[in-house]
Amino acid sequence: MNEYSDHLLTEVPRKGRAFRFRPAAIFLVPLAAILFQVYLPRFFQYLGYLELPLLVTVYFALKHRQPISGLLFGAAIGLCQDSLSYQHPLGMFGIVKTLVGYFAASVSQRFDVDNPFIQFVLGFFFFFFHQFFYWVLSRALLGQDIDFNMQQTFIFGLLNAVVAVPLFLLLDKMKE
Amino acid sequence: MESFLNRYRNLSVLLLVIGAQLLLLAYQVKNNQDVRLVRVWAITAVTPLANVLEVVRRNTIGVIEDYFVLIRVREENKRMAQEMGRLKLENQFLKTELQTADRAQALRAFQSRTPSRTIAARIIGNGTGTNSKDVLIDRGTTSGLIRGMAVVTPDGIVGKVLAAYPTASQVLLITDPTFAAGVISEKNRVHGTLKGLGQNKCLVDFVQNEEKVDVGEMFYTSGEDRIFPKGMPVGVATVVRDGKTFKEIYVVPASMQNGLEELLVVVEGKHQEIPTSQTAAGGDVYILPPPAGQQAAGQQATAQPESPLNTDADRLLKKYEKIGAAEGITYGVRGTKAPNFNINPDQVAKPAPKPVQPPPKPVQPPPTPAPTEPPPSQHQ
Repeated sequence: MNEYSDHLLTEVPRKGRAFRFRPAAIFLVPLAAILFQVYLPRFFQYLGYLELPLLVTVYFALKHRQPISGLLFGAAIGLCQDSLSYQHPLGMFGIVKTLVGYFAASVSQRFDVDNPFIQFVLGFFFFFFHQFFYWVLSRALLGQDIDFNMQQTFIFGLLNAVVAVPLFLLLDKMKE
Repeated sequence: MESFLNRYRNLSVLLLVIGAQLLLLAYQVKNNQDVRLVRVWAITAVTPLANVLEVVRRNTIGVIEDYFVLIRVREENKRMAQEMGRLKLENQFLKTELQTADRAQALRAFQSRTPSRTIAARIIGNGTGTNSKDVLIDRGTTSGLIRGMAVVTPDGIVGKVLAAYPTASQVLLITDPTFAAGVISEKNRVHGTLKGLGQNKCLVDFVQNEEKVDVGEMFYTSGEDRIFPKGMPVGVATVVRDGKTFKEIYVVPASMQNGLEELLVVVEGKHQEIPTSQTAAGGDVYILPPPAGQQAAGQQATAQPESPLNTDADRLLKKYEKIGAAEGITYGVRGTKAPNFNINPDQVAKPAPKPVQPPPKPVQPPPTPAPTEPPPSQHQ
């Protein structure tokens, strides 16, 4: 292992490096992301591919570095997103984002998530995981016969990963 | 437990939150049959467990329950068998009561139909002799019974009172070997003597082999025994065959067919006419009346007592009557002279008529049988 890999793979959880956010930021940032997800695609359809609530969930989970906090944060954002959506029942996004928050927080305990490349990879991975798991839940629980477009998901994952890196830098400004 | 939760706290919280959201999801979502998923999941999760529990229960507790049920079934079966036996006895008792009522009704009908005066009696015991056929009835001298009275049923004669006691009487049945009664056949009016054989059939004795008796012919009392009134049914001839000197005619008593229980004791008998027999065809047959000349001759022949077939005694009796009429003698009257039987009554002039008693009426011949062809007798 070289110095770079030692820097990426930490041996012990680094709970001491967890960031703290202002309460207003914790409340307003997810709300803004949900509003963006809900209303902006009505006027700008090309923004529909952005999954800002997911990116915000990944960001707060990575920065908190606590799985419980991450999963609760993801569950809250997902349920809010479900409550504003009329197409699927409450719990679909909640379950998926709960898992995303949990795994993101778990990953943050093993990797140096401040690295932009890691953030890019995690952004792509969790978007793909989010879409795939949502498709699984839709088929398993709701019985919806929908297709999973791998290529489109891959492309949208890349785009979201591209957006995730500057978004995370922007959100880092709200840290205390 | 607490250390386990602390160790896997993150995973526990994750599962808790996921589970809660799954429940929330399941509560909202309905399947294609409009049933909420939470209900489908609950039933799907519970029913296999319930099936397993039911199988376990059936193979353990169910076997024990079945055992106790079988014990109860055995007791129930025993109780029902006892109940069925009791009901059978009750049913038999009711049937007997019904038959008794029927017999009593038949007795009353017979009492009102027969001209003889009868008293109803009931058999209360049997005789003690091994070969004797006698019974005890519940009527005795206090009811007016005396020795020698006839005992009958609506079906036929039963026997005669052998001994009368104050409250009971002993009746000798017609099947007793010492019993005898005068009988006459229905169609051919053949006289005979009914004798018991100690069995359930009787013998009609003293019937000449030349007499004609058919199998199935009914026998009635002739009244000659001075016990049974004439015209009471006796029985049906089942066996008729020629013997050494007399016919062997076996008769099954009609009164013994259905058993004996209620009887009628004839306290004042009156003779009846013997019913005429039916034709072989069993129906009415139209017979033309005889021609006028033959009818008159027949009537004259019927009115005239003399016939060329009279015996020597009849001719001798007629000669003596003519002698008595010629000499003016009335037989059997005191103070008259002895008649001269050596004169020829046809050559002696008749004396002047004087009031004398009319001669005895000649004996009428027995009624001729019906002009139908009797069926051939069956000899066994």
